[in-house]
Amino acid sequence: METDLAIRARGLRRAFGNLKAVDGIDLDVPRGMIFAILGPNGAGKTTLLRMLATLTRPDDGTAQVMGHDLARHPERVRAAIAMTGQFASLDEDLTGHENLVMLARLWGFGWRAGRGRAAELLAAFDLSDAAKKQVKDYSGGMRRRLDIAASLIVTPGVLFLDEPTTGLDPSARAGVWRLIRGLAAEGVTILLTTQYLEEADQLAGRIAVIDHGRKIAEGTSRELKAQTGSGMLHVTPLDPGNRQIALGLLGEAAQSDPEGGRISVPVADDAEASAHLARLAEANIRLAEFSLGAPSLDEVFFALTGREAA
Amino acid sequence: MSIPLPRGPRPAAPSPASTALTFAWRAVLKFRHVPEQLFDLVMTPIMFTLLFTFIFGGALAGSSTAYLQWFIPGILVQTTVFNTVYSGMGLSTDLSKGLFDRFRSLPIWSLAPFAGLMAGDMLRHTIAGAIILGIGLGLGYRPEAGLSGILGSWLLLMAVGFGWGWIFIVLGLVLRTPMTVMTLGFAVLFPVTFASNIMVDPATMPGWLQAFVAVNPISSMTTAMRSLMAGTAALPEIGLALLSPALLTLALAPLVLWLYRRK
Ligand SMILES: Nc1ncnc2c1ncn2[C@@H]1O[C@H](COP(=O)(O)OP(=O)(O)O)[C@@H](O)[C@H]1O
Ligand SMILES: [Mg+2]
Repeated sequence: METDLAIRARGLRRAFGNLKAVDGIDLDVPRGMIFAILGPNGAGKTTLLRMLATLTRPDDGTAQVMGHDLARHPERVRAAIAMTGQFASLDEDLTGHENLVMLARLWGFGWRAGRGRAAELLAAFDLSDAAKKQVKDYSGGMRRRLDIAASLIVTPGVLFLDEPTTGLDPSARAGVWRLIRGLAAEGVTILLTTQYLEEADQLAGRIAVIDHGRKIAEGTSRELKAQTGSGMLHVTPLDPGNRQIALGLLGEAAQSDPEGGRISVPVADDAEASAHLARLAEANIRLAEFSLGAPSLDEVFFALTGREAA
Repeated sequence: MSIPLPRGPRPAAPSPASTALTFAWRAVLKFRHVPEQLFDLVMTPIMFTLLFTFIFGGALAGSSTAYLQWFIPGILVQTTVFNTVYSGMGLSTDLSKGLFDRFRSLPIWSLAPFAGLMAGDMLRHTIAGAIILGIGLGLGYRPEAGLSGILGSWLLLMAVGFGWGWIFIVLGLVLRTPMTVMTLGFAVLFPVTFASNIMVDPATMPGWLQAFVAVNPISSMTTAMRSLMAGTAALPEIGLALLSPALLTLALAPLVLWLYRRK
């Protein structure tokens, strides 16, 4: 039994009617890591997280969370985890402080200790000024922070975060990222889902890409990029009028970036890159710029699924 | 930013009583922050009380005051039963907002959130009942048994609210939106409370309706309420009134647990 794993899942499945929301997923999440589940809308991210958090029953498969079996000891799993769902799970009518006191009481704190813990968390999450405001008057970023604070009444072994930054403006997003990094630095294992490739790239030690309920790739950001081939060749024709011709010469996999006039094509190695450049030179297409780079996660996603990421 | 993450032992799990108290506290806070919800709870019964007492009272019972003696125990039953609809709506809202997921992922007794809802409901039934009774007393209603009658009636109402509350917990779990819960709830409760002995003595109703009124559990609960308020309550009467709350609890509590676990 690998006790160094925070989560070990094998063959998790869950269908809703005929729809296979999660269709056989294995997952190994090491302790202390930020692990990202990356996938477009409807990929099955929420269903997967809810199963691991004991909120949705798997139809099939097994999982251990912090060493506790999901099916046999769901109550032990619940004691070891905290979950912040995709939509704020707060009482909108209550104030931020009251929400946290209520949850602290449900964790077994006395009234006085519960109020203390609530105040401490509000201060740490920069919400002290809004402590006495009803949650329905909170901004999206404040709500998200309070929702995460509500998951930290006691220190969880694993924190599940379902799309923690969806719908937030860039500065609120940066705030949540700082928070997630801070928690990971304290040793909390974090399993988060995201539709943003950049987010997974920025935060996660490992990334699992899922689509249609299946895991289609997993690895570090660098490993995933390597799976797409050694990299991407980017070229920018000097004369924008030549863009279509260049696209034709570079083959089916070539994609044109609508804004900058840049064309990108995946290449297996530098010999293939040189061959592409030679073909353009033969056709007398002069280039303003060319470069060979590791593919971005967007390009990885495209290569893996054959479609654009959400 | 440093996040305070305690490493020491966690507090021991709360007792069911302490959990219920927390949920009741939540209900009190909701009253404080959203006092408008009191309107939902008491508007209809207040309207009914005034309407029936002053418009129909004289015709039905000879005088408004005489009618109040008949009507107030019954409208208290109706208020309580109607208010269980609002708790079903509240549950449906909590479920759709994801708040229940938060409760469910806590290591507490899995029925605790429902026990908590019930605790909050008892408070709401008490407040709504007190307001209606207060209005009745102001208009001239006089329970013969005095304070002990009121206390006995209150206990019966709590049992009614508890038992009938399960119906709307089930609907709250099964139906997708709070509005559906309300529409369906009142579509059933309006006829069931009117076809009872709450408003009028069924003696003048057609025979088939009298037969229904006789077996309608709302009628037996109302009859017991009247006897409690009058100080003439007999054990079989109370037993009959408690029958539907008891049966509903026995049948629906396990169903709620099953629905909840199945999710
Ligand atoms: N409770 C449910 N009932 C029916 N279908 C559902 C339910 N939950 C999710 N689904 C469906 O399962 C699929 C995966 O959903 P979800 O796990 O929410 O994906 P994601 O979080 O990646 O967007 C979607 O097609 C969604 O419509
Ligand atoms: Mg989702």
